[in-house]
Amino acid sequence: MLPVFFAYFALVSVVSGILTVALRNPVQCGIALLSLLGHIAGLFVLLNAEFLAAVQIIIYAGAILILYLFVLMMLNLKTEERYLHRRYAWYVLGVAVITVELMLMLLASNYAGVKGSATVEVVQQVGNSTAIGILMFSDYLLPFEIVGVFLLGAIVGAIVLTKNPTRADIERELS
Amino acid sequence: MIPLSAYVAVSAILFVTGVVGVLVRRNFIIVLMSIEIMLNAANLNLVAFANHLQSLSGQVVALFVIAIAAGEAAVGLAIIIVVFRGKIATNVDQIDLLKW
Repeated sequence: MLPVFFAYFALVSVVSGILTVALRNPVQCGIALLSLLGHIAGLFVLLNAEFLAAVQIIIYAGAILILYLFVLMMLNLKTEERYLHRRYAWYVLGVAVITVELMLMLLASNYAGVKGSATVEVVQQVGNSTAIGILMFSDYLLPFEIVGVFLLGAIVGAIVLTKNPTRADIERELS
Repeated sequence: MIPLSAYVAVSAILFVTGVVGVLVRRNFIIVLMSIEIMLNAANLNLVAFANHLQSLSGQVVALFVIAIAAGEAAVGLAIIIVVFRGKIATNVDQIDLLKW
């Protein structure tokens, strides 16, 4: 049963990724991206990452994608007649060659490595989110704090960028 | 049991799709969406290796990647709104204010 689910999730996520890049209308691209995010979450469940699958749905599909769709609706973009770069064929050709090379390299690798201690049984005893939380607030505390500061900076940056200039600002600018 | 190379192959295909989207599309918002595809491919890779190597570190780093993606989306869309308000087009090959 597992290979069937994997084949479904993998196939649909690849197809919706290609549709996101290839579709002409930006709103349809957003919907294709939504499908991609949902099926990646399904792949996370297959990989025993239940907490991450939930986060993927809540944050990616629920917050980030909605932000994209809001901006698309607000800007009211016309669908352009020419929506690709002029020399896009060369880019696609180059990337296709790199892809073939990459696939050959992937198939030749043997993926050996030292196994860690967090086997499925050990994680199941406390639950996936508890195990991730313990790791995040002990070993990864400094990166966690840095991400907090980064998000604060992103909030301030987004507000400052989109703020309407007031009359006083314009006068100060001119004087 | 699904081999690790299957997940890595899916992730590689998605990443390459995102690269093509960044290089080929003219619409700024679609370029940002392609960057999201690439971040998702990286996340899939991290989680697949975390499962393979029986370590939770990959999942924690994937969470950080999601947080970074949220910040990047917020700032990128703010830049798009500013550029659009200044009556400049939203196609990446027409935004050349800083070019001289």
